[in-house]
Amino acid sequence: MPEIPEHLLRRSRERRKALGLPTGEEGEATEAAEAPGSTAAAPEATAPAAPAGGEGAGGEGGGEGAGGEEQPASVGGIPAHLLERSRRRRAAAAGGGAPAAAAAAAPAAATAVAPPPAMTGPGGHTQRLLTVVKSGSIQQTRAEAQDKVHTWPHLLVVEFAATLAVSAVLFLFSAIVRAPLLSLADVNQTPNPSKAPWYFLGLQELLTMFHPMVAGVTIPGMGIFLLIVAPYIDRNPSPKPQDRRFAISLFTIFLLFWAVLVIIGSFFRGTGFNFVFPWNDGVFFEL
Amino acid sequence: MANGNGNGGLTTRMRAAVKEVGDRLGNSQVMTSIFRPGSVFRKGYTDSPRNRSYVIMNNVLYHLHPVKVKRHAVKVSYTLCLGGLSFFLFILLTVTGIFLMFFYRPTEALAWSNVQQIETAVWFGSLVRNMHRWAAHFMVLTVFLHMSRVFYHGAYKPPREFNWVIGVILLTLTLLLSFTGYLLPWDQLALWAVTVGTNMMGYTPVFGGQVRYALLGSNEISGETLLRWYTLHVLLLPFVIVIFMAVHFWRVRKDGGISGPL
Repeated sequence: MPEIPEHLLRRSRERRKALGLPTGEEGEATEAAEAPGSTAAAPEATAPAAPAGGEGAGGEGGGEGAGGEEQPASVGGIPAHLLERSRRRRAAAAGGGAPAAAAAAAPAAATAVAPPPAMTGPGGHTQRLLTVVKSGSIQQTRAEAQDKVHTWPHLLVVEFAATLAVSAVLFLFSAIVRAPLLSLADVNQTPNPSKAPWYFLGLQELLTMFHPMVAGVTIPGMGIFLLIVAPYIDRNPSPKPQDRRFAISLFTIFLLFWAVLVIIGSFFRGTGFNFVFPWNDGVFFEL
Repeated sequence: MANGNGNGGLTTRMRAAVKEVGDRLGNSQVMTSIFRPGSVFRKGYTDSPRNRSYVIMNNVLYHLHPVKVKRHAVKVSYTLCLGGLSFFLFILLTVTGIFLMFFYRPTEALAWSNVQQIETAVWFGSLVRNMHRWAAHFMVLTVFLHMSRVFYHGAYKPPREFNWVIGVILLTLTLLLSFTGYLLPWDQLALWAVTVGTNMMGYTPVFGGQVRYALLGSNEISGETLLRWYTLHVLLLPFVIVIFMAVHFWRVRKDGGISGPL
């Protein structure tokens, strides 16, 4: 059962008592009796007006109740016990309300003389405060709005231009430069030098310095592993270059390391994968 | 002058006629069934914020792009379009690759001569093969540069850590796609480049020999290898990379779109 504030429970009990309804538990009844008469007087004075109006407008058989007074049995699908309750409340509002007002103190009597309009509270409000929900408990306020533009046309136009440019460059390049096709593969005729595709030439270059397991498996494996875990190692939250000099230096060294190795492997390795200068011995490189 | 007036009247009438034809076409059931509301191809498209939103929302592109993007994301100098161009090159490679598949048989006896026929006997064959090869090299480059760009902008930081991991996997898959394609022409370049590459693989500790055997289909590169690498190149690896790309693009949007300015 949801927690109902104490003051609402008390008000409910007082109204039920004023209407001659059972108040539920006996313990609560004694509690209500302990409540000082002065605080109980004000709600009691308004009680007759509010429930009477509420019942009249409510769909709980208020309209039907007029016809239902002659016929206590269920009418028009409205259960008999609801009709019964409606009649009892009407009786309480008409007969029981007057003595309660008379018994109340003088200020309360003044309000009874000029009762507030139906469906309003003592101060004339039309709403009732049930509970206070702290801000943030059910809704979150986002950060300030970002400066945004429509994807169409701003972004799509840029993308379209970029794809067109790349297509044009690729088309022209392919029309001019032919992809290599050497003689038929022959297992018995090893070309000298034999080179891997360019993006693996850094690894092939490492092969000249390390054992194949280190150059071909350990180093590239470590490289990929470090790339994968990089965001979990780098705990610095700032994306600003001035805050991450170390990370940027390290990555630049990583890039230069591979770039230099690939360039050496591509252009500075000749027959027997020996070091050569391309301007002396020519280029041993196919894409 | 009289001539000019006559031309002016003709132009106005022609313009009106073109507009009417356009309106009728744009309003036809066929067009309205193809293009959803807000499309520039429907009648009465006007440049309004509402229609700008509709163009994206009622378009398959809505899977890739939100209706609005941060203003700095539109600047070419921020991303250099590298990720998008990698994807575009992948599409170009798929199209040119399908074209090449019509003329290529992955067997020891036919592969090389098929490639030669593509070069000499097929209409635009040489051009398409060139485009396929250069686009492949270019894609390795753009994917690599895309990774560098993301690193220098710190765009792998939370909440984008996992998308960076997917990106590294995509880089690896790109290299594998390029490498498996390298063997297919079955010329001396292909055979020996792949020999160098796979020999390194054989040095993997514990199960290196088995990995190499499974990839080559025999102890040395042979027709078995050609068939295996062809299947990897045209089916398995593209299938896998498309799945990873889908997750990659989806995560870009779920993680808050393109990373903020520095």
